[in-house]
Amino acid sequence: MTTNIVEIDNLSFGYKGKLLHKGINMVFPRGKVVAIMGGSGSGKTTLLRLIGGQIKPSEGEVRVDGKVVHEQDRHGIYKLRRKMGMLFQHGALFTDLSVFENVAFPIREHTDLPESMIKDLVLMKLNAVGLRGAHALMPAELSGGMARRVALARAVALDPDIIMYDEPFAGLDPISMGVICDLIRSLNDALGATSIIVTHDVEETFSFADYVYFVANGEVAAEGTPQDLLQSELPFVHQFVHAEKDGPVPFHYAAADYRSELSL
Amino acid sequence: MDRTTIDLWVGIFVALGVSALLGLAIKVGNLRSNSLGETYTVTAAFDNVGGLKPRAPIKSAGVVVGRVDDISFDTKNFEAVVTLKIDQRYPFPKDTFANIYTAGLLGEQYLGLEAGGDEESLKNGDRIQQTQDAVVLEKMISQFLYSKASETEPEKAQAPAPATKPSDSKSTELGDAPF
Amino acid sequence: MIKSNLLICLIRTLQSIGRRTIDRLWRLGAGARLFLLTIIYSGESFRRFHLTIREIYSTGVMSLLIVVVSAFFVGMVLALQGYYTLQKYGSSEAIGVLVALSLLRELGPVVTALLFAGRAGTAITAEIGLMKATEQLSAMEMMAVSPIARVVAPRFWAGVISMPLLALLFSMVGILGGYIVAVPLIGVDEGAFWSQMQANVDIREDIINGVIKSIVFGVACTMIALFEGFDAPPTAEGVSRATTRTVVTSSLAVLGLDFVLTSFMLAV
Repeated sequence: MTTNIVEIDNLSFGYKGKLLHKGINMVFPRGKVVAIMGGSGSGKTTLLRLIGGQIKPSEGEVRVDGKVVHEQDRHGIYKLRRKMGMLFQHGALFTDLSVFENVAFPIREHTDLPESMIKDLVLMKLNAVGLRGAHALMPAELSGGMARRVALARAVALDPDIIMYDEPFAGLDPISMGVICDLIRSLNDALGATSIIVTHDVEETFSFADYVYFVANGEVAAEGTPQDLLQSELPFVHQFVHAEKDGPVPFHYAAADYRSELSL
Repeated sequence: MDRTTIDLWVGIFVALGVSALLGLAIKVGNLRSNSLGETYTVTAAFDNVGGLKPRAPIKSAGVVVGRVDDISFDTKNFEAVVTLKIDQRYPFPKDTFANIYTAGLLGEQYLGLEAGGDEESLKNGDRIQQTQDAVVLEKMISQFLYSKASETEPEKAQAPAPATKPSDSKSTELGDAPF
Repeated sequence: MIKSNLLICLIRTLQSIGRRTIDRLWRLGAGARLFLLTIIYSGESFRRFHLTIREIYSTGVMSLLIVVVSAFFVGMVLALQGYYTLQKYGSSEAIGVLVALSLLRELGPVVTALLFAGRAGTAITAEIGLMKATEQLSAMEMMAVSPIARVVAPRFWAGVISMPLLALLFSMVGILGGYIVAVPLIGVDEGAFWSQMQANVDIREDIINGVIKSIVFGVACTMIALFEGFDAPPTAEGVSRATTRTVVTSSLAVLGLDFVLTSFMLAV
């Protein structure tokens, strides 16, 4: 048993000749909450897909529990994925199933438990996210924050070793954000799992993450504990943490000279 | 929706579909008359079978007693050999007469059997000796026209007109058409 | 100058033809791949047959009303038109044969398939397209559940099972509609209506061939709908265009396949 449940080693990924990631190295120790931060479009979500084996890296490798993900066949990848739970950006609840059936879905697919036990398990998971009373509702009847909590309950339904969060705070009100923050930390500690969070919300993430990676221009720009990063003098981290408009990440998209384009 | 309700509806749907198939087979396709019981096979040779096709009905006194099984060409006698499958329940005398008829003026052709007076019955593999060919409409019409012509021509002109000559020769060429 | 413009125009046209051809071929290949995967994963989905039953409900049962109503009107119109022509030749009793044969051999399978493409095919495309756009299919994959086994295969088999049942019902109800127009309204002899029909409809050549046609149409329509949904870009515009394409492609496929199948069946 390795100390790092997920290791990303010299990983490059790109398509159509354009590299999105250029030699990324990251480690995710067991039991920790690790955040991957970066601006929009910096390929954070793609990293989660690479860990889940939905896409193959151009170079380098991702190891989950010591196994190289892209070398697994379908059966092997599915075996690895059973150790993972993933919360998608907008929840990705199955719209044709009720809240209860959504949470029961992975249990029904992967186990042959009797109905009474499935019911107990689902209600326990829903209780953990505070939505036991909503088990009969359909996803369309839920608010954004509630949908995300149901999706979280579904992600942890099989007690995974790794829980991945794709933008868990996007589009939530402050109260829901706080609720999700607490849930991420408490579920991680209760299940003894490892959490990987992809986000760009500095304040919330720094309040509970153990370790943070900053991704910019396809590379790891900075890494460290939240305390270290707050004190960091690196211009990019400074800009990001303090939400400055201009800096190493320019306000303007790369363009030709302004004056010549306006033919002045 | 509840799973049991869905099951019920799907059950109704499948039952409706299957009963439509059965209904069509019995009411429209007439499953019963198509399936003959035990049959015996006899053959019959014709100079011309016209439009007779395999699976055409074999009727006697208007009742379907069997079906045409196969039609082949005999290269020795240059005849058409028709294989008949007749229901075991209907024995026919040895000197039975086989005709090819047309249902209506333009309808389908079928095989008619007219029983003779022989003591012995046809057995499996026998050959029906007396046959009459299919009526070919073109022949019938041309014969009719020529016979009309040969009736009216002498009345109009007393002297034998040269036009009647070829018509006479042609009508003999046609041979013994059925009327 | 004009010459070189023409040349450029010609090259552009050829390029666009080439691009379209490659695109079509690519889609054909991707569709065939999805079809193969669906067959491979079918065993997995048959273990949980209630998923397929659920889909039979939403494709077959939900199409029942439109199929039955259309069939009734088609049958009635056939009888009216048929009578109008047949009575000129004094053979209005043949109206039963006319109605039954046209429904069993052609109209039943073909019109049902066209209605199915509009009613159930679009629903399948839109549903799968939206599932993809809202990451539901991705979520399924991340839960180590194959979307082809869980989503595609049950819908495929539901379509293949529903289509011949719907086509048979179409023919049945159509003949009933024809009967109502021909016998009580026009006054064709009832006995002649049925007996002529029975004498001229062959179970294997007419009824069974019609069923075979509708099974093939079921495979084609459902597969096209599934592929378009799977292939749709995950945007509102992408899904709506995929839905339109489902109807257009399925209709053309049904009519083309109908010609091929009919010529095969008549040749045998």
